[in-house]
Amino acid sequence: MNLSPTDSTTGVTAPTQSGAALLSLSDVHSFYGRIEALKGISLEVRKGEIVCMLGGNGAGKSTTLKTISGLMHPRSGHISVEGHDVTTVPAHKLVRLGIGQAPEGRRIFGRMTVLENLQMGAYSRSDKSEFPADFDRVFALFPRLLERKSQAAGTLSGGEQQMLAIGRALMGRPKLLLLDEPSMGLSPVLVEQIFAIIRDINSQGTTILLVEQNAQMALQVASRGYILQTGKIVLADTSANLAANEQVKKAYLGG
Amino acid sequence: MSIVTALLPFIILLPPFSGFGNQTDFVDGFAQAGVWVLLAVGLNVVVGLAGLLDLGYAAFFAIGAYTYAYGASPFSHNHIPFWPMLLIGAAVAAIFGLLLGAPTLRLRGDYLAIVTLGFGEIVPVVFNNSDKYTNGTNGITALYQPAIPGLFPNGFGFGNPVPYYITVAAIIAVAMILLYRLQDSRLGRAWMAVREDELAAASMGINTVTTKLLAFAIGASTSGLAGVYLSSKLAIVSPTQFGFTVSFTVLAMVVLGGMGNIWGVAVGAFVIYELQSQGLKQLNNFFASSGFPAIHLGFINIDFSTINFLNYQYLLYGLALVAMMLLRPEGLFPSRRRKAELHDVDDAGAANQELVEA
Repeated sequence: MNLSPTDSTTGVTAPTQSGAALLSLSDVHSFYGRIEALKGISLEVRKGEIVCMLGGNGAGKSTTLKTISGLMHPRSGHISVEGHDVTTVPAHKLVRLGIGQAPEGRRIFGRMTVLENLQMGAYSRSDKSEFPADFDRVFALFPRLLERKSQAAGTLSGGEQQMLAIGRALMGRPKLLLLDEPSMGLSPVLVEQIFAIIRDINSQGTTILLVEQNAQMALQVASRGYILQTGKIVLADTSANLAANEQVKKAYLGG
Repeated sequence: MSIVTALLPFIILLPPFSGFGNQTDFVDGFAQAGVWVLLAVGLNVVVGLAGLLDLGYAAFFAIGAYTYAYGASPFSHNHIPFWPMLLIGAAVAAIFGLLLGAPTLRLRGDYLAIVTLGFGEIVPVVFNNSDKYTNGTNGITALYQPAIPGLFPNGFGFGNPVPYYITVAAIIAVAMILLYRLQDSRLGRAWMAVREDELAAASMGINTVTTKLLAFAIGASTSGLAGVYLSSKLAIVSPTQFGFTVSFTVLAMVVLGGMGNIWGVAVGAFVIYELQSQGLKQLNNFFASSGFPAIHLGFINIDFSTINFLNYQYLLYGLALVAMMLLRPEGLFPSRRRKAELHDVDDAGAANQELVEA
């Protein structure tokens, strides 16, 4: 695929939607040692949206998420959440600012029970009286987790672990939920289920930034998408337009 | 358990213990074992709860002991009473825990172990070579003993280990109560999360750096308590008391007792200390007086009556550790959680099996 990169320093223009910017990145450069993994990423997520990031292996999707969630810090560029600059804010503080994530590879606490995992998700909150309502919400979204409530999380199946990772992130009551490849390693039926739940979570008021290799599914749930290639955003448009784009079709949607 | 602790000294009234030589030896042994129990429950916070491998734990023990030597010895011309010194020693050790932890806790696993190993070696060397301040190799002697106005106005004295035993039992009780509360606190859960997956813990809003630093500081302060107590009991501190073997022994106690389980580690430390100090000594006594025949196998002559079993202490540790890792890796008294961790593969299989059948 050979898309011409948009000028990343001036920001990528995408069709606007209603809602103020919840998250914005401007010209973010991130490095692993001397290797420049993000070469000037600019993007925006507005309140209430589902936005997806697509791209092949090594395009910088996960690095972008890590940089947003504070697990990595950009060497240059700016990240802001609701207008506040958070470029150098560490991960644990970003959780309190409303950035929740289900990290790549799920990373559930395998030796804790399902319930304990969910409790860990609420670690940053002090409003204990509100926990039961949130447990109910998570269990309503993922009835499987209720069945497995007191089981060690490491003994769950892959799909259940993904559900737990998302549920755990929701326990922190994020404004923006970062999902890193929620469909990875799941059967087609489970992928359908997870994406239906992602839509539900969004309709309940949580903004979502989604990284996916499964472009077909991602473009179905997201309203907008960014396409990354070797650390740069090469295309930004509405999902409908992206899905109709010949080059995108060829590269990500299988013809 | 507390009843057991209270009744433990009376074991010397029962046979066969009543038959063994000097009675006060036993109570003294218990009073000494208390040091190791304190060290083990402290290291358990670092290794068992937070999952950080610390091979230089004896350094904080040394710092606690030398703090008492500064606070209460003719050498330093200070005489601060023992009881406030306990807190001061714990605080000083905790501060050094933070100082060591701040630059090193970014390291993980093996790297952290190597750095702590280095720190554990450096501290005794510094004490050894700072003659002007520590009296070097000779150590600081004639430390003042703990005193209680009215009961023991001039100190506990050397002949009677009972007040020391009661003191250390009380310190252990307080330390263990506090550690249990900590384990069930927010911080305790943060330790658990960091032990499991640091990155995930950070994404939950846990400040992993502070969490690990606090584990280091709290572990160090417990070690500092042990240092103050031991130096007051022996009335001497010297650099040779705090070598790597101490760090290693405490780590072995934590592993054998059952990492993560506060009671298990405490009991493990007590049992191991008693076995090594009293058990091996009794073996010496037994073979020296039993007239057990020497074994002659060609070139090999084994005369049990001339073997000093105490010399084989570390060989026995090593063998015990290898055997434990093979047969019961979760320790003698595992925490429920650790046991689940080490056996979860089988359990998961069994659980899935049940699901299939149901």
